Amino acid sequence: MKWPIKNINEIKWQDLELGGAITEPGTSKYYKTGDWRSFRPEIDRSGCIKCYFCYVFCPEGAITIREDGFTEINYDYCKGCGICAKECKGKVIKMVEEEV
Amino acid sequence: MSKRVGIEVSLGVSEAVKLCNADVVAAYPITPQTHIVEHLSELVANGELDAEFVPVESEHSAMSVCCGSSATGARTYTATSSQGLALMSEIVYIASSMRLPIVMTVADRSLSGPISIWNDHTDAMSIRDCGWIQYFVENGQEAFDAHIMAFKIAEDHRVILPVMVHLDGFILTHMIEPIEFLSQEEVNSFLPEFKPALALNPDKPVTMGPVGVPEIYTEVKKAQEVALKNSKSVILEVWKEFGDKFGRYFNPVETYKIDDAEIALLTMGSFGEPAMLAVDELRKEGEKAGLIKLRLWRPFPIEEFLEATNNLKGLAVVDRAITYGTTGGPVAIEIRNVLYEKKDSIIINDFIAGLAGRDVRINQFKQMYYETKEAVKNGKANEYKFIGVRE
Repeated sequence: MKWPIKNINEIKWQDLELGGAITEPGTSKYYKTGDWRSFRPEIDRSGCIKCYFCYVFCPEGAITIREDGFTEINYDYCKGCGICAKECKGKVIKMVEEEV
Repeated sequence: MSKRVGIEVSLGVSEAVKLCNADVVAAYPITPQTHIVEHLSELVANGELDAEFVPVESEHSAMSVCCGSSATGARTYTATSSQGLALMSEIVYIASSMRLPIVMTVADRSLSGPISIWNDHTDAMSIRDCGWIQYFVENGQEAFDAHIMAFKIAEDHRVILPVMVHLDGFILTHMIEPIEFLSQEEVNSFLPEFKPALALNPDKPVTMGPVGVPEIYTEVKKAQEVALKNSKSVILEVWKEFGDKFGRYFNPVETYKIDDAEIALLTMGSFGEPAMLAVDELRKEGEKAGLIKLRLWRPFPIEEFLEATNNLKGLAVVDRAITYGTTGGPVAIEIRNVLYEKKDSIIINDFIAGLAGRDVRINQFKQMYYETKEAVKNGKANEYKFIGVRE
């Protein structure tokens, strides 16, 4: 199967790889999970001490380190679990309810 | 040339697996399968079989190891029975869904409770819908041959599905029978090296068994169902090739004296042999009796079954398991379904018999025949019944 898949609803059973296997690496990046989120983490960088606990603890790898040393959240993949806010040493990450 | 040896059937199965050069055997011992894996572990320890023998801590782990090893492209074998099959059942379904060509022997034994180590088909029927190719053998020679064919069927790129060989516990596993062995050269000439269709390999990463979201699960299941149904032509091809080469043929629906028979018994597994004796006696009594021995259980051989039953007026199904709370045993339910279009022309009587190793005697097979004959005369099938139950 050719990735990225544009529309999963157009895949026929005949198109599948053996046993539904995925034969390309790294395809999970095509599956954006950000819309699962009901709370979004927001970083107040003025108090950030760059301990990187949020970066280490994020279970989704949705937090990266910018060139200036601050961390950044990729909202395409952040599911809003709140672990970064819980672990933050400077208590500068707040979980803010998503507006519908 | 082939040599004929007197050997316990379990050891014959182990020797067949050795001749197939299995790469990995992961198994947990359970009565009555124990001798099969015990002997395999000896063969590995003695250096007679160059394989990894993984003495796992449970059957759940056994099948998990089998999935992992098969996914890397290793020829993989395991064996189990009864509670062991129940414990591993979660992974049994995954093996077929992931299309891993594992071969497993099930030394059929009743499921608890009450606790029973003896033979029937309640374990086999508990796993009926697992998506594996499943067939039954009747004697030691068939048990030996079945495994050599099983690897070839499973690993064929038109199939790539696991195969389960059903072998009656004790009645077969612990019997010493004459078995005609094949030489290593003969097996090598029949069974090619295993070339996986898809394998785990760091140079070309694949994800096997990913999540099946609602948008894709149905498509994966449809592909699996088509694969199992399509496997029948390859099964028949491999069985024929084996027969042409070595002179012993397997058929999906084996028959005995069926050509002019009006009423037939239907058995699976080792009961075929006493049932043949019963048919012989019935013939001497002037009855037009025959026997159908259903070998291939999944995929169900619909066409062959319809052909075998074409001229029958009545069928006495010997069920060795119960489907609680409905119309009898699983085999009879299946057969009524297959014969639905002909339901007016064949009377099907269902007999639950031989549970937990209880003998079914020749005269009981004859009783099933005569009751079915009576039902044909009355034009109405009887309700299913337990043969030999004290009441």
